[in-house]
Amino acid sequence: MQQYIDFFLTYQEAISKPCAAALNAPRQLAFEVFKEIGFPKFNSEEYQHTDISSLLESDLGLNINNLKIPINPYEVFKCDVPNLSTNLYFMVNERFYAQEEVKLSLPQGVFSGSLNTFAEQYPSIFSKYYGQLAKSDKDGLVAFNTLFAQDGYVLYVPKNVVVEQAIQLVNVLRGDTDTLANRRLLIIIEEGAQAKLLACDHTFDEKPKFVASQVCEIFVAKNALFDYYELEESSENTVRLSSTFVKQEASSNVVCNTITLLNGVTRNNYHISLDGEHAETHLYGMAIADKKQKVDNHTNIAHNVPNCLSNELFKYVLDDQAVGAFSGRILVAIDAQKTLAYQNNRNLCASRECRMFAKPQLEIYADDVKCSHGLTTGQLDETALFYMRSRGISEEEARMLLKFAFTHDVIEGIRLEALRDRLKLLVEKRFRGELMKCAGCCSNDK
Amino acid sequence: MKNLLTIKNLHASINGKEILKGIDLEVNKGEIHAIMGPNGSGKSTLASVLVGHPAFEVMQGEVLYKGKDLLELSAEERSWEGLFLSFQYPVEIPGVSMVNFMRTAINEQRKYKGLEPVSATDFLKLMREKRAIVELDSKLANRAVNEGFSGGEKKRNEIFQMAMLEPSLAILDETDSGLDIDALRIVAKGVNALRTSENACLVITHYQRLLDYIKPDKVHVLHNGKIVKSGGAELAHELEEKGYDWLK
Repeated sequence: MQQYIDFFLTYQEAISKPCAAALNAPRQLAFEVFKEIGFPKFNSEEYQHTDISSLLESDLGLNINNLKIPINPYEVFKCDVPNLSTNLYFMVNERFYAQEEVKLSLPQGVFSGSLNTFAEQYPSIFSKYYGQLAKSDKDGLVAFNTLFAQDGYVLYVPKNVVVEQAIQLVNVLRGDTDTLANRRLLIIIEEGAQAKLLACDHTFDEKPKFVASQVCEIFVAKNALFDYYELEESSENTVRLSSTFVKQEASSNVVCNTITLLNGVTRNNYHISLDGEHAETHLYGMAIADKKQKVDNHTNIAHNVPNCLSNELFKYVLDDQAVGAFSGRILVAIDAQKTLAYQNNRNLCASRECRMFAKPQLEIYADDVKCSHGLTTGQLDETALFYMRSRGISEEEARMLLKFAFTHDVIEGIRLEALRDRLKLLVEKRFRGELMKCAGCCSNDK
Repeated sequence: MKNLLTIKNLHASINGKEILKGIDLEVNKGEIHAIMGPNGSGKSTLASVLVGHPAFEVMQGEVLYKGKDLLELSAEERSWEGLFLSFQYPVEIPGVSMVNFMRTAINEQRKYKGLEPVSATDFLKLMREKRAIVELDSKLANRAVNEGFSGGEKKRNEIFQMAMLEPSLAILDETDSGLDIDALRIVAKGVNALRTSENACLVITHYQRLLDYIKPDKVHVLHNGKIVKSGGAELAHELEEKGYDWLK
């Protein structure tokens, strides 16, 4: 941790220089906090299975001077989810990849682009939201991200504007040496507005170690609707440390679906605040991990007002020596009557060596609510396996079909048809071992 | 070659407990054999051992199927070689659709035989044809395997799968249990429709009732892990009248 403090002290001018004033403003506070609290402590209540400090210990390069990364993603990159959208954007490491010629079909008033540009052009809107959900003073990872954030992505959808077509953001990690990409996302969906965003994480280079640190703040105003899909298909050498914060106003509706198809070590935090009545949130997650991969999802849904609904479903399929962790906290505040909160976590351990750690955590302070949680961790159904084999389905194929079937309901929770169909294929390929690295990157190898 | 299955002095156990204590049986092409016997006599164990259930251990004896050592084959290889078991308790597999399940099974069988995978249109046509044999609702074919099926639907689904896979030797393990008269008739009709001079059927049942619909060539009585009596179709009637006690 000390190396980052020293690094900031040495380079703070270089870090701040290319950035908008509004982006630099919270840096000093973040620095004070980070110096004080550092990274979340390993073995603390919320970090029992992921040691953040050790993941960031090695010497990682941070491209603060914005040296050009030799890649034009538009030319070389074919994403794994084609035909989804013409609204396609790229980030290379921590930076938004600007491409002027790309024809986009977004309604007027919508901003979809570089975080730094947005902070420069619309400082008042930016400052109204930036850092308001992701508070540096409470979270060492957020402080760390805020400290070094130079760019990222903003989606701003003004009042009553409906973006029909899904927007796709592809995060590409690229580098010849071990690299830290520190990116920041800000999503503002104003009253009555609607949008869908798919963010895919890819790692272009196999060899170096990558750490992607991401903080994403999502504001969904009254009557607004937002779908957020995250699909990680990185590499075994990639570490992803992501914190997503969602604030929902009255009668808003959010789907948040995080899918880890291929990774190294992943820690995802989801903090969802239901702050207006009749808000509805659907939080889904799926992790497929084998070899020595690790997926740790932490969710925290706060029912702060009455009459809201939250529906949470996380499924893990682990094999080999993979490790999965899920901790899901649901907080129902004292006045949040008529709350409906459902949590489900189902895990499949396909080998003897893999491990799953699961912790449901419901804190209910209101007395007129419906809350439930279910948690199971088990092996593949031997009777079903034999039944299939007796019909001539080979053991390997039968295992694959059962694993695939297990993920079925998470995939069905996706409201984008193109993504749903594509995911079925990707998940199947993944279980067949044909997705050793992401297909989009494979197609660029030659 | 007329002979399809030869079982010689078969001993098998589960969890160290010997259930089959020396079974001898010969089944020829075109024949239907009924295996009857009281609860716990080893009927279902025999079926499970023949299809290669991993929970059972063969202690002694041999099984020749189409001249091959059956016990050397894996469960899926036995299926590819034309062995089929209609389960007493068909298994529900949530999330796996009947269509996907059946297509995978058919294509794996075709791969074994060196054939190309079946085309989507041919497959759906085949499904339609075979479904009609057991009057299985098309809605059921679109659902997950056996999930939410009634007892009767599950058994009909077994015979539907049998029709799809066209086995040389089908073993029906208490396919009549839990069936009402109408369902029993449909199932029996299906089994009879699939009968040829080239295949054979081993019908395991408690009751003579099913044998009114599926006429056996031979009836065997299993007791305490051994076949204690064999005879023609008339033996089933005799058992229905006298029970099993006189054979013990």
